[in-house]
Amino acid sequence: MQIYLPIAEMSVSVLMILGLGAAVGFISGLFGIGGGFLMTPLLIFLGIPPAVAVATQSAQIVASSTTSVLSALRRNALDLRLGGMLVAGGFVGSTLGVWFFAAARRAGQLDLVIVVSYVTLFSVVGSLMMKESISEFWMKRRGGTPLPPRQGGQHAPYLLWPLRMRFPRSQLYVSVIPILGLSLFVGFAGALLGIGGGFIMVPALLYIFRIPTSVVVGTSQFQIVCTTLVALVLHAVANQAVDIVLAILLIVGGVFGAQFGARAGRNLRAELFRFLLAILLLAVGLRFALELVMRPNEPFSITIQETRT
Amino acid sequence: MRMALALLLFFSPAAALAEALITTLSSHRVLITSNYTGTSIAVFGAVERDAQTVARATGYDVVVTVRGPRQSIVVREKERRGLVWLNREQQKFPDAPSYLSVFTSRPLDEIASEPARLRQKIGVNAIVHAADFTNDRGTADEPFREALYRLKSRDGLYFEKERGVTFLTPNIFTAQVPVPASAPTGTYDVEVALLAETVVLARSHTNFELVKIGFEQQVGEAARDASLTYGLATALIALGFGWLASTIFRRD
Repeated sequence: MQIYLPIAEMSVSVLMILGLGAAVGFISGLFGIGGGFLMTPLLIFLGIPPAVAVATQSAQIVASSTTSVLSALRRNALDLRLGGMLVAGGFVGSTLGVWFFAAARRAGQLDLVIVVSYVTLFSVVGSLMMKESISEFWMKRRGGTPLPPRQGGQHAPYLLWPLRMRFPRSQLYVSVIPILGLSLFVGFAGALLGIGGGFIMVPALLYIFRIPTSVVVGTSQFQIVCTTLVALVLHAVANQAVDIVLAILLIVGGVFGAQFGARAGRNLRAELFRFLLAILLLAVGLRFALELVMRPNEPFSITIQETRT
Repeated sequence: MRMALALLLFFSPAAALAEALITTLSSHRVLITSNYTGTSIAVFGAVERDAQTVARATGYDVVVTVRGPRQSIVVREKERRGLVWLNREQQKFPDAPSYLSVFTSRPLDEIASEPARLRQKIGVNAIVHAADFTNDRGTADEPFREALYRLKSRDGLYFEKERGVTFLTPNIFTAQVPVPASAPTGTYDVEVALLAETVVLARSHTNFELVKIGFEQQVGEAARDASLTYGLATALIALGFGWLASTIFRRD
């Protein structure tokens, strides 16, 4: 069954978009990430104009993350205080990211900046997680106790900087400077790459701040909902590229996928969870690296700047 | 349709030229609704000869050229720099048609010689290689013109159909013009050229319009004219669906 998308100005298969939404929603629910870094390239591959793809998938991220946040809230697996700090830093980072995006576009090398950032971020974050989860796995097999639960007062030096704040739900008493720094960086990368940044936030909360896994996903999703909501409205106002029909199809597929993903995630052992997320990130990073170094089938590309009707 | 054709033939003024060309379309306005998957427009035409002109021994040739709304397009070429492939050179096509199709009654090289085709802009190749299509840089712009044609035809937006024009009688012809769903909305110009023995005898112009109506039109207008409300509405829908899902799937 085909349906015409009024903003993208093309027709697509309803079932294909529903399926795409469900698949990305599953991964999103499983890992507590937005899934934008998967959805955007897939939509562009289907022929949807890049601006519409980036803008519209943010609506789907809002919907699937809202579901996760609400269910995390019910399970008391969300640190609102920490989430609020992350959102505050994230807004500043997003503004800087949007500014840098425009500067790179003026220089004519936006594609390059995006691909290089993807490769760097994904391979660094992916290999760090991979290394961690493998060593954890071996330690467990040898009967050792991996990664003992963090004791009170056992902190890396940068967590002891001034302006310390208590986050009871995350069992954390740290300086807000590294937290704001992290959210600033995630907001910056998110705006630049058109992603929520959950895949940076989740490992950072897990490894740098050693926040319990149960709280990490809900808190990261809370930050994603807030920043993506702002991005969605900004995209609608500035680019008029949000396709409401496409958004609803992706959302309907996505909410179902996210439910099953979240349920599957609860039954997943922590180190397997990290291992799978690491594989996913490395795979996406590798794909972009190949794009950068392989001889392209078609060295030419066209960009439509404007259509005069 | 036949009635309309007959009327056209009857009322057309006696032209000063030996041959006159009369054309019409099956539709001048195509409405886009939610189940739109592209359309097809029929072109009808008749050749009218005045009393002094004798029938041409070789018969007529017809070339139908359809051009969609104009676009400003940049074509970029990737080149290897060290390890990586980067966008290096680029060529701008400030006034290229978003959609371009050419239908002919016989293979193009039988209708007119290559220099004549280039001069008269007959065929997609001739249009894409016209001097005024993009800024001329000697031979440097050639690969970019080729790439534009190749990439557009991959999306079904630029194409040529030899024998796409059928003569029903020696003087009456028809052609089917397919328009894919990915072609943009706007005005499409239809140019019909009548040739005999490689000489252009007459040209005629008409057009059709691709417009969104009903829900599709309202969405398009809301997104453009009330963008803040539209954005907030979309955000609200997304939040609502998220809440709905968490209620439906609630297990506790």
